[in-house]
Amino acid sequence: MTTKTELTAAGKKRSSFFDFRSWLFWLIMAVWALPVVWLVSMSFRDNADILSEFAVIPTSISLNGYMEFFSDRSWIGSYMNSVTYTLLNTVMSLVVALPAAYAFSRYTFSGDKHLFFWLLTNRMAPAAVFLLPFFQFYQSLDLFDTPFGVALAHMLFNVPLAVWILEGFMSGVPKQLDEIAEIDGYKFGRFFLTIFIPMIRSGIGVTAFFLFMFSWVELLIARTITATSAKPIAAQMTRTISASGIDWSLLSAAGVMTIIPGVIVIWFVRNYIAKGFALGRV
Amino acid sequence: MDTKRKNNKAWFLVAPVVFVVAFTAIVPLMAVANYSLQDIQGFDNRLFVGLDFFKLVATDPNIQNAFMRNLWLSAQVLLIQIPLGIFIARLMPRSGWKASAALVVVAIPLIIPWNVIGTTWQIFTRSDIGLGGVLANLFFEYNTTASPFDAWVTVIIMDTWHWTPLVALLVYAGLRSIPQAYYQAAAIDSASPMAIFRFVELPKLRRVLLIAILLRFMDSFMLYTEPFVVTGGGPGDSTTTLSILLTTIAVGQFDVGVAGAFSLMYFLFIQIFSFIFFTVLTIDERPGATKVTKPKKKLFAKAGGAANDN
Repeated sequence: MTTKTELTAAGKKRSSFFDFRSWLFWLIMAVWALPVVWLVSMSFRDNADILSEFAVIPTSISLNGYMEFFSDRSWIGSYMNSVTYTLLNTVMSLVVALPAAYAFSRYTFSGDKHLFFWLLTNRMAPAAVFLLPFFQFYQSLDLFDTPFGVALAHMLFNVPLAVWILEGFMSGVPKQLDEIAEIDGYKFGRFFLTIFIPMIRSGIGVTAFFLFMFSWVELLIARTITATSAKPIAAQMTRTISASGIDWSLLSAAGVMTIIPGVIVIWFVRNYIAKGFALGRV
Repeated sequence: MDTKRKNNKAWFLVAPVVFVVAFTAIVPLMAVANYSLQDIQGFDNRLFVGLDFFKLVATDPNIQNAFMRNLWLSAQVLLIQIPLGIFIARLMPRSGWKASAALVVVAIPLIIPWNVIGTTWQIFTRSDIGLGGVLANLFFEYNTTASPFDAWVTVIIMDTWHWTPLVALLVYAGLRSIPQAYYQAAAIDSASPMAIFRFVELPKLRRVLLIAILLRFMDSFMLYTEPFVVTGGGPGDSTTTLSILLTTIAVGQFDVGVAGAFSLMYFLFIQIFSFIFFTVLTIDERPGATKVTKPKKKLFAKAGGAANDN
């Protein structure tokens, strides 16, 4: 695609500095950013300052919220818990979803359509439905309050998602590749690991991003099947709200901390995000 | 087009997924079904009650109200977010570093943990320390803890803030897949921007819009965390969604029989809805399916050879 002659949606060349559509877009984004900007601004003030004066631009800067966050074991610990089960979930979901997605993209087999739909329905199932059985089931299996247990529970909605996205990317690779590899004498396992997977690495990257994201943002299940030793950062935040007044400064600082991993990951996959959101099927 | 080979050995490749999802979905659902049919008083004291709990759930005014409220919420969410998402996607820059920056900025609300979204909006809308709350109070009385209307509007605005980016990104992906030749053809026809949207873009966006509507309907129908943090379902039960009510019954009151029956009916409703959407979504992929492309063909004919690069 050449940028010089590119036409925009309106069909006219846009090169002037005063591009109305562009300005409108960034204006909307500025309004969109307000709640997060406000959260960041709160995180750099201390509680007395927040409660005593309403200031759009903070008059004094304080790092108390962050100091508290980093000095308290329960905050850092729960933050690391969230990172642990999120990464575990991403890896586990990818490992089981890769072969399945390959099967769906390459073969027809008895019941494949029904199976695919059944997988999808799990992505659509309300988490609230699973709370009670998860609570009892994971306790009886000794998986309660472990990062592995949360990672396993999150596979409920992440595995179907991974299969769906990966299938879309894999269907973009011509089937002739598989046939040529077979003629060249590659065993399936070797072909899959050394040729096929490297070919769809961008798709795997995007999928990993979505798995990470959906596991990272989920609270209801993670909170229900943990108590203390695997408590996610999100639960730590809701539990502190009720305790003797609200520590706004610490709460905001923790909030900002939970946004950071996502922003870092999103930067790496920015060009594939939109494609992944359409589940690899645009 | 090459066709897929029929091979039932593919089941071996799918087996791990089936096993994992069976473990995380079927076993718990069977437990739910078990709860819903028995009145469990103690470990050795359980009574088979048949469909009594289902009748109880179906006639419970609280659950009926929450169901209607949630449908109304989903309807509002779709009516606001789909057009707004299309609008924003059409404004997004299409190339260069600005396009990358725009993608990252638009996607940010999506990667914030759901309760932090709640916390952010709780802070933002408070009438003592929140920018939004203080600004709103300059013009009218605004208080989410006292006025059901204010709480409802806040939940809708928060959800719009949170999820419109998803719609925008989907539509953006769809728009980028439209070949430039279509626009050139439209320019030759000197079509109006409205006509371009209606006859060039909208038909191409059909698929992504269906996915967007499906995801937005499902996710708003199981909305829990954000309103729970901001309003706690209140004031009264004005922002109590189905998931908030179910969680209260299941984990709060530990009323497992009612919760089980409620869960199954909730689950079934969502399944029926996904089935309808899935059928509509995949209708074009069936053999012999006809695609409605009339307006496009008109443009094609006038653009001549330009259409060949599709």
